[in-house]
Amino acid sequence: MGAPGLVMYEEEFNQISAVLEKLVRDANARMVFLVDKNGQLIAAAGETENLDTTSLASLTAGNIAATGGLAKLLGEKEFSILFHEGEKDNLHINLIGQRVILVVIFDDRSTLGLVRLRVKKASEELGQIFDRLMKKAEAEATGVEASPFAEITDEDIENLFRE
Amino acid sequence: MSFINYSSREINCKLVYYGPGLGGKTTNLQYIYEKTNPQARGKMISLATETERTLFFDFLPLSLGTIRGFKVRFHLYTVPGQVFYDASRKLILKGADGVAFVADSQEERMEANIESMENMYQHLQEHGYDPYKIPLVIQYNKRDLPNAAPVEELRKLLNPRGLQDFEAVAIRGEGVFDTLKALAKLVLQELKSGK
Repeated sequence: MGAPGLVMYEEEFNQISAVLEKLVRDANARMVFLVDKNGQLIAAAGETENLDTTSLASLTAGNIAATGGLAKLLGEKEFSILFHEGEKDNLHINLIGQRVILVVIFDDRSTLGLVRLRVKKASEELGQIFDRLMKKAEAEATGVEASPFAEITDEDIENLFRE
Repeated sequence: MSFINYSSREINCKLVYYGPGLGGKTTNLQYIYEKTNPQARGKMISLATETERTLFFDFLPLSLGTIRGFKVRFHLYTVPGQVFYDASRKLILKGADGVAFVADSQEERMEANIESMENMYQHLQEHGYDPYKIPLVIQYNKRDLPNAAPVEELRKLLNPRGLQDFEAVAIRGEGVFDTLKALAKLVLQELKSGK
């Protein structure tokens, strides 16, 4: 298969959630999401109850993938920041490292300048957390901690599809 | 590529439906969407043209249940099949944990099937996959049409390796869930053996 999967542990998930919650407050944002480049939602903070976050994650990743393709055509490495202005809500999307996408949704309670300022700091913190996460995942892969797959039997997989 | 979240106890995998234009990839997802319990699926997203040809991708999230206390979620994607959407196809294929190749059984689409399959192998290689190891199943769709080629002929051209393959009439749902279940099982078995 291709590159190994992303693994999220509770400790890092809590750290990431804390950064996102702080970003919501500091940027006066409505909500903030962290999305894997493959379209999986990693974490969210803010007013997320009425939003289809699964679709948002997938579409954001598609958006980044498409603009990444455009960037390469133009000889750019990537467009690391995207901004979509709406009538009521705005979307600020930026890449962190090569792996995750930070999405900030804000309205007129905030400004683009404030969001960019706060996102810059949050991106650095998140980048460090993901670096630690990658190292931890590599260490765990060669260590003794059992992955959820180690115990799975063929019968477990069959039972998943039993109607 | 898979995403394991120990905190929320979730396993997430990406399955991609690949194949030539108008072969039935979107129809597969639409049928799965219609027949799956709403509790077990999310909203289906289709980024399509005005004439309902897939422009970028279709997306359908499914929750299949739990395994050893972990919720198992599959994200199903289709690629746009028309030849000139090649750049988009490559993007959508990235990060796939498994692929279902939906072939159009019609005689006159044989070349399109072969080109699409070669295209898929090429993109997989460019993404760093070993295309002969990624979980892959093949569906021979449109078996109901009078000009459908014999399965043996399709098999010889598209499945020389003898991978799991399924006859289908996706518009009636025949073979759709068999294909999905087989691919999902392959992906989980691969994750089990690979980790």
